[in-house]
Formats: sequence, structure tokens, C-alpha cells
Amino acid sequence: MSKNCQCGEDKVCQLDNVIKEHKNIAGALIPVLHEAQKIFGYLPMSVQKQISKGLNISLAEIYGVVTFYSEFSTEPKGEYQINVCLGTACYVKGANDILEQFKKQLKIDVGQTTSDNKFSINACRCVGACGLAPVVTINEEVYGKLVADDVKGILEKYQV
Amino acid sequence: MGKVNITIDGIDMKVPEDYSVLEAAREVGVDIPTLCYLKDINEIGACRMCLVEIKQARGLQASCVYPVSEGLDIITNSESIRKARKATLELILSNHDRSCLTCNRNNSCELQALSDRLNVRELRYEGEKTLYPLDLKSHSIVRDNNKCILCRRCISMCKNIQTVSVIDTTERGFYSNISSPFDLSLNDVPCISCGQCINVCPVNALREKDDTELVWDAINDKSKHVVVQTAPATRVAIGEEFGLPIGTRCTKNMVGALRRIGFDKVFDTDTGADLTIMEEGTELLHRLNNGGKLPMITSCSPGWVTFCEYNFPEFLDNLSTCKSPMQMFGAVLKTYYAKKTNINPADIIVVAVMPCIAKKAESKRPEMSVNGLADVDHVITTRELAKMIKEAGIDFHTISSDHYDDPMGDASGAGVIFGATGGVMEAAIRTVYEIVTKKPLDNLDIISVRGIKGIKEANVQIGDFTLKAAVASGTGNARKLLEMVKSGEKDYHFIEIMACPGGCVNGGGQPIQSSAVRSKYDLREERAKAIYAEDVKLSVRKSHENKLVQKLYKEFLGEPGGHKSHELLHTHYIDREKYPISQ
Ligand code: SF4
Ligand code: SF4
Ligand code: SF4
Ligand code: FES
Repeated sequence: MSKNCQCGEDKVCQLDNVIKEHKNIAGALIPVLHEAQKIFGYLPMSVQKQISKGLNISLAEIYGVVTFYSEFSTEPKGEYQINVCLGTACYVKGANDILEQFKKQLKIDVGQTTSDNKFSINACRCVGACGLAPVVTINEEVYGKLVADDVKGILEKYQV
Repeated sequence: MGKVNITIDGIDMKVPEDYSVLEAAREVGVDIPTLCYLKDINEIGACRMCLVEIKQARGLQASCVYPVSEGLDIITNSESIRKARKATLELILSNHDRSCLTCNRNNSCELQALSDRLNVRELRYEGEKTLYPLDLKSHSIVRDNNKCILCRRCISMCKNIQTVSVIDTTERGFYSNISSPFDLSLNDVPCISCGQCINVCPVNALREKDDTELVWDAINDKSKHVVVQTAPATRVAIGEEFGLPIGTRCTKNMVGALRRIGFDKVFDTDTGADLTIMEEGTELLHRLNNGGKLPMITSCSPGWVTFCEYNFPEFLDNLSTCKSPMQMFGAVLKTYYAKKTNINPADIIVVAVMPCIAKKAESKRPEMSVNGLADVDHVITTRELAKMIKEAGIDFHTISSDHYDDPMGDASGAGVIFGATGGVMEAAIRTVYEIVTKKPLDNLDIISVRGIKGIKEANVQIGDFTLKAAVASGTGNARKLLEMVKSGEKDYHFIEIMACPGGCVNGGGQPIQSSAVRSKYDLREERAKAIYAEDVKLSVRKSHENKLVQKLYKEFLGEPGGHKSHELLHTHYIDREKYPISQ
């Protein structure tokens, strides 16, 4: 997140406009959630409350939708999304050790984001690259046949 | 209504065209098993327990959501149906905390009954189990997702009927579960504790917070004087817990059982209701005569009060400032009664038996106390009382007692009808009419406000004044009514609102009946009939003619709406924000 985006008010206004545009359209919730996620980077309670009020949909229903789709997140998302595949093939080849190593290096848990908003760790289902197991993707980049000792070096590439 | 010809298991029949296959089958005595289905409330075809074969369709179909049509040919019992139903059930059971022996719903559980009925004797799959923490934070309600079978009846109730909407399905697949936003406790969301979700839950995933041990402890504490008060609706429902038909009046058995359990005195909340009528009637007249805020809205139903605080703060000044009958009566017990009997109020424990779980939360509101003593110490539901009676080994069918204890003794029929929707309105009219016109009311039965319709209206002639009244039960109906008042479409002087559909007879603490029973009987109607039968039987049917109430004003309270009343019997409300971010 860049510095000039820190103004909460601005984002609230932006979201308000999105809500207004969608207000009387059937099935508005999902597109509005997508826009909101773009604006805020994630969907905390305050954002979901604003949507709840604006679209007159209960917070319970909105939260249900947000947790149903994996593209929505209630936690802030880091600039770099680390996805550790925990599909069967990767798991058998030690993906869990890789995951543990990422957690140790970044001092966060799965689903969390580092305090500088740089990295998030996610555990994901099979990404279809079983030949490369164990596999980790960071944004668009794919890393295969990893061992735990590779993790430190990979992270250093992003820390500049 | 047009009819269509169908065939069920080779039997030809004619059924109304708006029937589902399930309803049609029940008419010819075929009891198709169901789990998620709840008539008029949850007809979503989620559990696939009610599968049948339909010649005109491929594969097995969920009969609860399959509409009949001309010529439909249905098979309800075949090898593949039997196997499919059993497999579905086994799958549910494989991820269920099957602790039936110690379960609150042991013997009243639809899942348990179904397992027996489908002859499930072993589980072929012992799957991975999801483990959820219990939600124990609320004063009224406990949620145990380890027992939840995801039928969604609670959601339909909370969202569509009550329009409170604090629960929904979250996550998906194996992790799918019912929860509140951000997995907050029901205590920290705008849940109104109406308990309607408990009454529709087929299993023990939702239940009231059990306070029976606290009551036993109080009874066993010899230094305490423990009195109990019973709400009007409890007496017409508790029999169901002992196998009696719905709508059986059990006042005598209940009073007898309470005495045997060991309460020092057994009193009737109806007396509190009579007191409420005196205060509320006076308040209404005061508002009418002095340009006060109208319409005045009743405040006896704590579920409704909480709903108003969260959803309609603009109507808080319309709420009557009267405490509910339970709280009024508690306050009188700890002051007037304490003085009369020369017992230190701190040594009096007031227990209330209520058809309601919101009463548990109400009794814990800090405003509901006098001189630092809570008006009411413990609230138990009709269901909890039944458990205590069973635990004590009392034969409910033979025990009997003729009357409530002196000096707080017998109440009026007006107090009794508080238990059904429209009852408070009817009771208020009986009294206000006579105060204003100084003439006896000819016909005490004000039929226009009776019945289970969600919203009722009545114009009542009081001398030369026409009182415009409305009655709503169920918070969904309350919302509808208030929106109409807000928009100016409707205009009333006096509104009665009860949080539970049908009023207290159908409260969230009342005996739970299965989906099958609820398809056959309207609980609200059957229990309300018993309430009105109780009223007619009483010699005093107007609150202002209740001897004790008259004495109470003379000896202690002074005037209705007077200084002492305001101190003991009235309260205030709070504008509550939903989901405050500081959480
Ligand atoms: S909810 Fe029903 S099936 Fe489950 S443990 Fe309780 S009684 Fe048994
Ligand atoms: S108690 Fe009432 S408001 Fe609360 S979750 Fe249940 S149905 Fe909804
Ligand atoms: S809590 Fe009860 S009513 Fe709600 S989905 Fe679970 S089993 Fe069904
Ligand atoms: S699908 Fe018919 S009862 Fe659940």
C-alpha cells in the first residue's frame, strides 16, 4: 500500500459511490464486495458494515458470502501472496516443512499478513503442478521442488 | 383451489394443486422421513432425507420441495430409496457429536428419532470431525455447532420470520457452519434472545442457558426465602413435556409440583400483569390527555424491547416506560412483600418460570433492580421447570394444588390472557374503558384483537373517543407495522408488540415440538385456546378488580403512575448500536 492511500475517508467515499451505482441492481452484493476488496485490499467489519447499511443486506449474510468465496479476505492482504500448496502430492513431499519455514521466517500464521503489509501466507489446494512438488507460488511466480532451506533465499529476493 | 390426480405407491388420489409430494403422501398415511423441512418456515430441500422416486423425473427427488402436478406417479418406498436415505443419515451422523446420553435433547431430538426409525445400528463411515468451541457467553442462549446438522431452520426463522438476521451459513464444504458475523458470540451481535431458533432446531445445537442448578442451590440454602412466580403461558404448555395433548391447562399440577419441589411460596406473574395494566393504562391515558408521544407501544416482551433498541431507536420514546410484569412483580416482592412478611429483601430469592429465554437476559439488565437488589434472581423456562419436576421424581399427572399462595394470591383473567398475542391489548381495554367511562364493559371478549394473525387492527369505542389500536406478534410483523407507522400510512394510539409469533404461548422457552407435530397442529392456536378458557373460568377478569392490586396501591404504591410506582415499576431504554467496531 502506498503512502497517499492511508486516508480512510477517501476509501469510504469511494465505496459509497460503488454502493450507489449498484444499489438497485439484483445480485449487487458480489460485485460490490469485489470493488470493496479492490479499494481496501481486504474486507474488515467496518467495510462489511458499510455495505450492509448501503445495500440493506444483513451483516450475517454478507459475512457468509465473504467466507464462502476464497477470493475475499477479512484480513489485510500483503503485497506478496505466498501460496503453499498442501495438495496430496506436495504434502507427501514435505510441503508442511516448507510452510513451517515460511511461518518461522515471517513470524506470522497462515492467513495472516506481516505488519509491513509485505507478505501474506496462504495454504492452498492443489495448483496442478504436481510434477514440481512441493510447490509454492508468490504472486505470479512459481517455485518447485523446494526444500525448507530454500525459503530464506526466496524471501530475500522480495525484501529489497 | 384446483385439484390434481396423482398416484402414490399405487394409490390413486386427488390433492390440492399447491401440495408438495411430501404433503400429499402424508395425507395417505405415508410418513416420509424429513430433517430440514419445517412447514411454512424452512422448505428448502437441503438435507435430502425425504427422497422419493418420481416416474416423470430422473433420479431421486426431494419430496418436501417437489410440487404435485397432474398424473404424477410417485414411489416412496423402494430398495434404492431406503439405501439412499440411510446413507444420507449415516453421513450426517459421522460428523456429529453423538453424545445422546448426556444430551439436552435426549428423547426430544429429531435426529435421534430418525436414526432409530431408519434402523441405523452401526456407522460405516467414521469421518473426520469438525470441532467447534461452545458459545456460552450469552445469558440466554447456548450454541453448540458440534451438534448442528446444517438444516438451516434457525436461519430461516431468524432471517425470514423474525427479520433479525444475526446468523447465516459461513465457510463452505466440510467447514460449512452456522455462525454470526466474524464468528462473534450471540451475546455480541444484535440477537434479541427470542429463542425462536431454539424451538425450530431439530437437535441440541441451540438451547437455553440452563439455570436449574442455580435454582436448586437457592432452594437448598436454608437461609434464603425462595419464591417462584409463573408466567401465564407456562401453565398451558408444560403438560406437553409430560405427554399431555397440546393446549392442556395444567395450572393446578404446575402449582402443586412447584410446592413439592420446595419453593417457600408459589406466586402468579399474572398479578404482575394486572399491575402492568394499571400502570400502562394510566400511562396511555396520560399520553392521550397531555399530548404525549403516540402511538404508545407495549414493553412487556423483552425480545421486542431489544429489537426496538437495535432496529427502531426512533421509537424508543414510544415504548411504554413500564417494566414487564415479571420485573414489576419481582420489585414488589422485594419491597412490599418483604415488608409485609418482615423478611430481609436480601434474603429473598425470586425465581421466575417463563415461556421465554429473553427474560433471562432481561433479568440481568442493570436497570432491573431496586436498592441494588435484582428484581428477579433466576429465570427458568417452561422446559427447565419440567426437567426439575422430573428430576425431583414428582408425578406431574397426579399432583395438584388449588391455588397460588397468599398474600400475592389470585390474579385476574386479564392477567392470564397476556400469554397470547392481543392479550395485553384486550386486558388494557377492559380496564381503560371502565376508568374512562365509569361504566362496566358489557362484553369482555374483545375478539378483534384475538387470533394468530401477524398484524391485527381494532377501533375501540371508549365513550365518545375512538381508540385506534394495533397488535403485532413476531418481530418481522412488528417491523412491517412500524414501517407503516413511520411512513405515515398508518396511525394508531396504542400498539401491542410481542417478539414471538403468536405471543408468549409460542415463546422460545416453551416445549419443543417436532417438525411432524408442527405440520399437524398450530401450537399458537392450540395453546391460546387454553389461555382464553382459563380467563373465562376466573371470577375476576379485569385487572383493576384484582383485590391484591387494589390493596397494593392503597397500602404501598399510592396512585398508578405515582412516585413510588416510577421508582419500582418503570424503566428506560437504550439506543444500541449494531456491531460496534470497538469489539
Ligand atoms: S443432538 Fe440428538 S443425536 Fe445429537 S447427541 Fe443430542 S440427542 Fe443425540
Ligand atoms: S434468539 Fe432470535 S434473534 Fe437470536 S439468533 Fe435466535 S432467532 Fe435470531
Ligand atoms: S443450529 Fe439447529 S436449526 Fe440451525 S442449522 Fe444447525 S441443526 Fe439446523
Ligand atoms: S430435503 Fe426434504 S426434508 Fe430435507
